[in-house]
Amino acid sequence: MSILSTPDAPPATPLDVERIREDFPILRETTAQGKPIVYLDNAASTQKPRQVIDAISGHYERNNANVHRGIHELSNRATDAYDHARQRVAALLGITDTAELIWTRGTTEGLNLVAYAYGMNNLRPGDEILLSVLEHHSNLVPWQLVAQRTGARLRFLEIDDQGRLDLSMLDDLLTERTKIVSITHVSNALGTVNPIKHIAAKAKAAGALMVVDGAQSAPHLPVDVPSLGADFYAFSGHKMCGPTGMGGLWGRREVLEAMPPFHGGGDMIEWVELESSTYAPIPAKFEAGTPNVAGAVGLGAAADYLAGLGREAILTHERALVAYAVKQLSDIPDLTVLGPRDLSERSGVVSFTLADIHPHDLATILDSEGVAIRAGHHCTQPLMKCLGVGSTARASFYLYNTPAEVDTLVEALHKARGLFGY
Amino acid sequence: MERSALDSVYQELILKHYRSSKFRGELAEPDAVVPMRNPVCGDDILLQVQVREGRIEAIRFSGHGCAISQAAASMMSEHAVGKSWDEVHAISARFRDMIHGDETAARDKALGDMRALSGVAKLPRRVKCAMLGWDALEEAEKKFAAE
Repeated sequence: MSILSTPDAPPATPLDVERIREDFPILRETTAQGKPIVYLDNAASTQKPRQVIDAISGHYERNNANVHRGIHELSNRATDAYDHARQRVAALLGITDTAELIWTRGTTEGLNLVAYAYGMNNLRPGDEILLSVLEHHSNLVPWQLVAQRTGARLRFLEIDDQGRLDLSMLDDLLTERTKIVSITHVSNALGTVNPIKHIAAKAKAAGALMVVDGAQSAPHLPVDVPSLGADFYAFSGHKMCGPTGMGGLWGRREVLEAMPPFHGGGDMIEWVELESSTYAPIPAKFEAGTPNVAGAVGLGAAADYLAGLGREAILTHERALVAYAVKQLSDIPDLTVLGPRDLSERSGVVSFTLADIHPHDLATILDSEGVAIRAGHHCTQPLMKCLGVGSTARASFYLYNTPAEVDTLVEALHKARGLFGY
Repeated sequence: MERSALDSVYQELILKHYRSSKFRGELAEPDAVVPMRNPVCGDDILLQVQVREGRIEAIRFSGHGCAISQAAASMMSEHAVGKSWDEVHAISARFRDMIHGDETAARDKALGDMRALSGVAKLPRRVKCAMLGWDALEEAEKKFAAE
């Protein structure tokens, strides 16, 4: 890609970013001092385009009622909108069997669903769960709970100095004891893109269930979920232009059908007696209670928005931006960029440290220039320990960010150096 | 946030405490050892206190964190050493007032060079950082009293 080979100049991009930015009302916001907000905290949460905001408010203005219950006009409209949203999100992710897409509150709930409904019921003492040291706490703590309850043991893939998984450990770690492999597709802290198809194929060959944390891949990569070769893929809506409190879990039909429910309640049942019940078919079996209807509608609109821009175009834009950012940041004295050096192995995240300036001090100083980054352990404390740092500063990009915003980040980092006497 | 608040927080005095505190280290025979963490940012310090006849005879801290938390812990140590618990309470309360925006506290000479941290009042997300050392000292007193 020619864009990647000439990162010195601000990159060309396949997206009309100036027009796209007009879709995001919040990008017109300024700080109390009148500085434009430069939003580079997209790995934490992305902003919402007008199309998503309007879909949610339009739902409440015209179609709001409970779903799958009322025999009346508004309930029918709400049910149609809710079901339509599932088709839109499924289409974006390449999911052809729509019933395999379960709505959740987000990635964390999706991973917990698998941990509780599958892990707690199927694992025995001596079984093993294979994770990696890259994992977000949400793909670590649920498995710790499963291990504590079932007597299973956690094993970990380690990383090299660029934050890439040591795949040479796979053959040793994958044994007949391995029952679950749960790995992140993209590291939220370093941006490392893991070779998930390769890992999934190995996991399946070892007879293990493969779970993918897709929180950072669904928004950024043109993922065709079923073709990853996994059994589960969890993602969050709010990291892909959708609303908070809304996400999804894709699961292979056979696994979902064999699994007991997670939550019990309304909507997930077929027939209820006082002592026992039968359950609805998937996906309803895993969606107890009144769902987040407006959230689903908003996420459906977000899926349409992303599809409209083009998944490949978004990826190319982000790659160009990350290449430019890595180049510009690397030119700052005493600044260390963490993560993969081969940018084809990196998603839209640039994690770094700057001399002895603590990331929280950096974030405060950058904030005074309107630049929003994340500082800290990024919910990956074991990873920080592996890297030998307490925390990092992280700039993370999305489809509406510009090279000019990278320049503002760089200027703010020079200011931070000045304040710390460099 | 005003530029002046930022300049005042990251002034030379604070950077000096951050980079080379004479209270960084560990005590051979501490009477109380308190690990204190800020779960939001992962900053942590280990505070060690030696007490003799009701007064803080020696104090050391180790750990990692931002300039604000580490400099504040260093300044806290400087102010606490040689003081009784009652004297510590008085100054701790005054410091807390200052960090929460009390302008009379920010001018109180009793706080000495800790007044350099008064700008933290304008950085609400950093208040916990400035209080980390004092919170640890409060825990140390509880531990000491319990023994």
